[in-house]
This record gives sequence, structure tokens and C-alpha cells, in this order.
Amino acid sequence: MEENNLLLQVQDLKVYFYTEEKEELRAVDGVSFCLKEGETIALVGESGCGKSVTSLAILRLIDSDGKIQGGKIILRGRDLLSLSEKEMREIRGRDVSMIFQEPSSALNPVYTIGDQIMEAIILHQKLSPPQARKAAEEVLRLVGIPEAHKRLDEYPHELSGGMKQRAMIAMALSCHPKVLIADEPTTSLDVTIQAQILELIEKLQRQLNMGVILITHDLGVVAGMAERVVIMYAGKVVEEGNRWDIFHNPSHPYTWGLLHSIPRLDVKQEKLAIIPGVVPDPLNFPSGCRFRNRCPLEDEMCLTEPKRFEIENQHYVYCHHYSQIEILKTRGFNQ
Amino acid sequence: MNGTPLLRVQDLKKYFPIKAGVFRKIVGWVKAVDGVSFEVLSGETLGIVGESGCGKSTLGMTIMRLYEPTAGKVFFQGQDISSLRPSQLKSIRRNIQMIFQDPFTSLDPRMHIGSIVEEGMKVHRIAPLSEIRRRALDLLEKVGLGAEYFSRYPHEFSGGQRQRIGIARALALNPRLVVADEPVSSLDVSVRSQILNLLKDLKKEYQLTYIFISHDLAVVRQICNRVMVMYLGKIVEIADGDDFFSSPSHPYSVALISAVPVPDPDYEVKRIILSGDVPSPINPPQGCRFHTRCPVAQERCSQIEPTLEEVRENHWVACHFPGSLSWERIPKHVTV
Repeated sequence: MEENNLLLQVQDLKVYFYTEEKEELRAVDGVSFCLKEGETIALVGESGCGKSVTSLAILRLIDSDGKIQGGKIILRGRDLLSLSEKEMREIRGRDVSMIFQEPSSALNPVYTIGDQIMEAIILHQKLSPPQARKAAEEVLRLVGIPEAHKRLDEYPHELSGGMKQRAMIAMALSCHPKVLIADEPTTSLDVTIQAQILELIEKLQRQLNMGVILITHDLGVVAGMAERVVIMYAGKVVEEGNRWDIFHNPSHPYTWGLLHSIPRLDVKQEKLAIIPGVVPDPLNFPSGCRFRNRCPLEDEMCLTEPKRFEIENQHYVYCHHYSQIEILKTRGFNQ
Repeated sequence: MNGTPLLRVQDLKKYFPIKAGVFRKIVGWVKAVDGVSFEVLSGETLGIVGESGCGKSTLGMTIMRLYEPTAGKVFFQGQDISSLRPSQLKSIRRNIQMIFQDPFTSLDPRMHIGSIVEEGMKVHRIAPLSEIRRRALDLLEKVGLGAEYFSRYPHEFSGGQRQRIGIARALALNPRLVVADEPVSSLDVSVRSQILNLLKDLKKEYQLTYIFISHDLAVVRQICNRVMVMYLGKIVEIADGDDFFSSPSHPYSVALISAVPVPDPDYEVKRIILSGDVPSPINPPQGCRFHTRCPVAQERCSQIEPTLEEVRENHWVACHFPGSLSWERIPKHVTV
């Protein structure tokens, strides 16, 4: 593993939001991971775990009631958090781009597909409009949209959901970014369309040797696509490892619970395993380990925040009791 | 399951008019549900699956008479409910209840959850008020919400808790049949399994029959005894759950199952990628509606529409060449 193919490092990132009553909401609280060229890393967690906020912070798209309170985001040696807004605009779309969950709301309804793709090309590649139009047609063809020259002049509402998602991918890829952030790229799509889009992202990643940050709650998608997996809970990383580490040797009780509560297609389970309780209120996270009030292994030690433990080569877990995870295999989450 | 049909749907159709012009003239029809017939047996959970626009939700709403059927009949315990007058519907609604997909819009934000659960019982005057109160508390307890929540409002609850409230409301009138339309789709993974287990437990306790509408095949696998697949307003396959998942016979069902990502990095699934999108239900393709996307379609499929035929016991498929598309999951190595 060479260091020089390191593309993006997120170090101890903290993003806090503030309510009108000036309460502090620690949406992302000390998150670190890194991404290599051509690698896919998945950020996995349930709603409110901070996975989307992390990705928005990489692009510095946190809105005014939130603030990046600490940490570093290093893209090929440059800390994005120290750049001016003008320099950041150069980065967005050219070096790092993003596809969003809901294609219908991420595309501008009053501009044609072509105009929206050409905007980034003209801005970053300094091409003339006719050249940019050609480039846009090229990239639409790349993502498999039939009759690309005709589609350029259509508006988002004239396209189906799957086609809109392809158009958005085309827009994200138009300047050949080094990092692609895909925030739940298939959640709003049907499963046969989802299969098409995932296949497409994988193919384009190989072609362009992009690093992909895949943000999802769907562990099926993760198992099929991601090389490394970062599991997040309540604004913190709880476990990180390669996909076999995570799926075959989950070592944080939350990861274990998450994996066992997925309904499986291949076996019929009499009763699904569950994680009791609900995700804690972000204004009121428990002290110490944030998972402790739902965890069957909880004791006094959990009142202090767990450090990072390396279980094996680059498989990390943030839990005091990771060595006792075997207990869950016999008794599950039922105490 | 005692095998007697609780609900029988006969050639049910629901078309929505497309209006255009100043006089809102009808220029066409969206054939959302286009002639479906099936039975729901007492005590079973029938899963209705399909992608968006296949008509599964419309079918659920039409059975409930939340939409008026365009044609066809629905029999509940032998009684034709599709032609009942609105005033006669009340007694049917007591027996058929619905759980909705979105727990954020299906609860009235101005009512506290106690009155949400009590409302139906009051409308139907099933008991004196004190008894209704006791029963509402009891139901909330059953779905995992204690008495202390009784006078709270919906906005104070998370998605999973709201879905529990929706379930309590549906069960308040002691229905025989519950139509659940994507009840867990908007929930997080850890909460989803809690709700699925709750639905299973309640079914046993109250001897319920479910119609479970979902696009998530893994969820359907876990909760349904029987599975019905729809495509563009038609039934393409209907079979017992185990039989369906071990040997799906319609090419569309096979493609659907193969496209579900398996949460195990050692399984390499040979995904069958369907090209293109679902055609518009305004002008569905001639012949078999799936032939435009079917990897094994032949000439006949574009000309003659297949009917549902029984290929094995209790396994019905509408395809000229059932079982001709096969697929396999390939484990890279087997871990113990």
C-alpha cells in the first residue's frame, strides 16, 4: 500500500449546528478516514448519523446554521478548509463532485439538461459553448442515455427517474473529477434501475480511476461495491475496515446489530434480530460511548469515550468491549 | 391458515382519466390496475411486489374503496363490497384497515395520539367512552408505547414510533384484514426490523390477515406466506413464498430477485440487468407487457398476451415461456 496514491484524507472532522436557542448539535464529531485513487469507500449509518453532513463538509457546502469546528480535509496535500471561497469553487465539480439522492430536486427544472451540464464544463474547462455542447453530449453518451443529442435540449421533467439520475451522474462526471461523492445515489430508484445505475458507477470509476465515497444505509449495496467501509453512529465513526472485516468479523456491537437486523433474501428468518431503542436525540447524545444506552455490553467503562483500537491490519473499532463481541453471537441483543 | 378466502378480487380495473384542454376533455386513460384477479386466504400474509407505477398501491386503495373501481368486483367474506353505497361502507371499513407508508403525513398533527387511536372506535361507537379509553391505552401498550405517551402529539415522535401509532390506529377496530402499504419503507434498518417483528406478533395475537404491499423483496421474504408480482397493472406471477423465492418463473420476477443486492461480500450475484424503463401505463405494450424489456422474449410475446397459468401447484405465471430465464448466486468461497 503506497502512500502516494492517497487522494483524500479527512482528519478529526467536526461539524456542529446551532439551534435558535444556541444549543450545540454535534452532527459530526471527530470523523477520520482516507480514500485512495480508484477506491470505493462506503460511509454507512442510519439517518442522523452524520454521513451526509460529512460529505457536504468535504465540499464545504454546510449552510449558515452549521459550522466546521475543527479538523482537516486534505485533497492531495491541500487542506480544503483553508481555501478561500473562490478557490473552493474551482475545486467543486472539477476535483470533487457529488451526486445526490433525489434527482428530481437536484436538477434545476427551468434549464435544459444540456445547459446544466455545459455550465460546469464552460466554467472549469474554459471551452466555448459549441465545444462544451459536444463535451456534454459525449458525457451523456458515456452514462448510457440514448439519443444524447436530443436529450440535451430536454428539461428534467421530460426524463424518467432513472434517466434523471444518469443525467446527474453525467453532470458530476463532466469534468473528470478525482473524487465522486455519491449520496444515496439509488435510494429513490426502483431495484432494476438501481442495478443499472450501480453498474454504471462501477464502470465509470474503473474508466476514470476515480475515488468514490458512497454514502448509503443499504448494506447490500455496500457489500457489492465498497472496498472499505466506515460505520457511523450518532456523529462518530464506530468501526472501519475492509468489507470482509465488516461483514464477516463485525466488532462493534452496533455493526453487529445492524448486520443482523437486515432482512435477508436467501434465508427465511423466524424473527429478525433487533437493536432495541432509537437513535439518540442529537441535542442530547449520551456522554462517553454514544451507543451505550442501546448496547448489551454496556458497563461503567462505557461512560468514558472509547479510543480507537486496531483489531487487525487497518480494521479499527471504537469500543471498550470489542473483545467480548462473541457474547452477542450466542445471546444476541436480548439481555 | 385455514385456507378459506377472506377476500376475492375479480377482474378488478382502475383507470384514471387524463384530461386536457379548456373543457377538460378526457383524452386518454392511465390503466393503473388492468384486470387483476386473486384471493387472499384467511390468516395469510400476501405480499404484493413490483416497481413504482406497477399499480400495487392503487390496487390496495381500490380494494379499500378509497378509489372507486372502474370495473370488476371485490368480495369480502363473500359479500360484494365494490358496489356498496357509501353509507353501507362503514361496516366494511371496520373490518378492513390500512397502514400507510409515510408516518409523517398519515397522522393528523393537531390530534394527540390517544385521540388518533380512539377516533375510529368513537365513530363506530363500539363501546362506552371509558371502555374506548382503556382499549386505546391497551393498544398503545401493545405496540410498545406506554400510557405516558397518550396525550403527546405526532411531531414529538420519531418515524418508527409514528408507524407504531399508525398500527395501533389500524388495529383499534379489531379488523380482519389489514392492508399495509409500504409500512417500513421510510424507516431506518434497526427500526425496520422492530416494526416487522411487531407486525408478526400482532398477526398471531389478533389472528389478522395482511396484504403487504412493498417494493422490498427481502422484507417480503421475511413476512409473507404468498407473493404476487405486478408489472404495469397486471399480475405476472403469484406463488407460495418459499416456492417463489427458490424458483421464480416469470423473467421479470427473476430479474427483480437477481437485482436485490445481497449483504455479503462473498456472494457474487449474476445480476440480470433489464434495459430501459418501465413503459407508460397510458399506452402499455401490445402482447406481453414485459416483452419490451424481457431478455428472453420471442416473436409470440409481442403479439399474444399471456394469461395466468398454473405451472406447479399454487404457482401461477403469466408468461409464454415460464422458467426460461435462470440465474444463480455464486459464492466465492463458503464461510462457516
